[in-house]
Amino acid sequence: MRFGVVRFPGSCDELDALSACERVDGAQAVLLWHGDRDLAGVDAVVIPGGFSYGDYLRAGAIARFSPVMESVIEFAAAGGPVLGICNGFQVLCEAGLLAGALLPNVGLRFLCRQVRLEVVSADVPFTSTCAVGDVLSIPVKHTTGRYWAPDDELDALEGAGRVVLRYAHGENPNGSARDIAGVCNAAGNVMGLMPHPEHAVDELTGSTDGLRLFIGMASAVRAGAGV
Amino acid sequence: MAAADGTVRARVLVRPKAGILDPQGIAVQRALPALGFDGVDHVHVGRLIELDVEDPDQLPEMCEKLLANPLIEDYEVQLLA
Repeated sequence: MRFGVVRFPGSCDELDALSACERVDGAQAVLLWHGDRDLAGVDAVVIPGGFSYGDYLRAGAIARFSPVMESVIEFAAAGGPVLGICNGFQVLCEAGLLAGALLPNVGLRFLCRQVRLEVVSADVPFTSTCAVGDVLSIPVKHTTGRYWAPDDELDALEGAGRVVLRYAHGENPNGSARDIAGVCNAAGNVMGLMPHPEHAVDELTGSTDGLRLFIGMASAVRAGAGV
Repeated sequence: MAAADGTVRARVLVRPKAGILDPQGIAVQRALPALGFDGVDHVHVGRLIELDVEDPDQLPEMCEKLLANPLIEDYEVQLLA
């Protein structure tokens, strides 16, 4: 199977994401240029972290209108797995593929630290190698990572099992509503999260827990789950 | 109202929605008394966008689609003479 990793002007984690995808057994990965509508026949899409289009106006606000995003939106509507990481999560929220929005951290500071995440839902491809209650160690690094949605929307997300990851008790670094670190869409094939699983794929940097998300995506594609 | 080139100068004010925590506003509000400015309350930090437009009727749609995120922000359009 083949991953595609989108590269916007201002992306900065696309090569780590590419490398993470390539660590999945038997998987290949290619970069997708923001100005191209062609997704090169990939089976799964990763929207990486960074500062797409300089984060001008709002994080993700301009990237969502790029040519590649038109194709990603179609790909997602057809059930293809899409993972948005950090700035990628912001882009997916701005594009309306995911509910809610990301606001400046409560403390206003840039944060860069390892956090513990609790798996809340294992029913989506991304966490299919995990069990509910598993704790993953993955770093965050952002200034605009406070997840927010209206209370009724948060209730609906929780009720439908669409909160996939929470910051573990006492770990919420940015003031996110209900400790939410990652959510998915109604169909379960689009997920966004603020922590960076692509930076947790080698014991050298302390954890390989992030790799499990990429393995989960590849497994879903191979199973032809039609998620 | 219209300039010689047929465009209209507009100003869009974007504010964080009431009820959503605005840490920038809080930080500014806390900084002012430290400089001796007392009696300041309800500080909010938003964004100002100025633009010349041919069709000011399109401004609300521009705001809804790009200039503001209506989920988290309120916007106000002003047409300048």
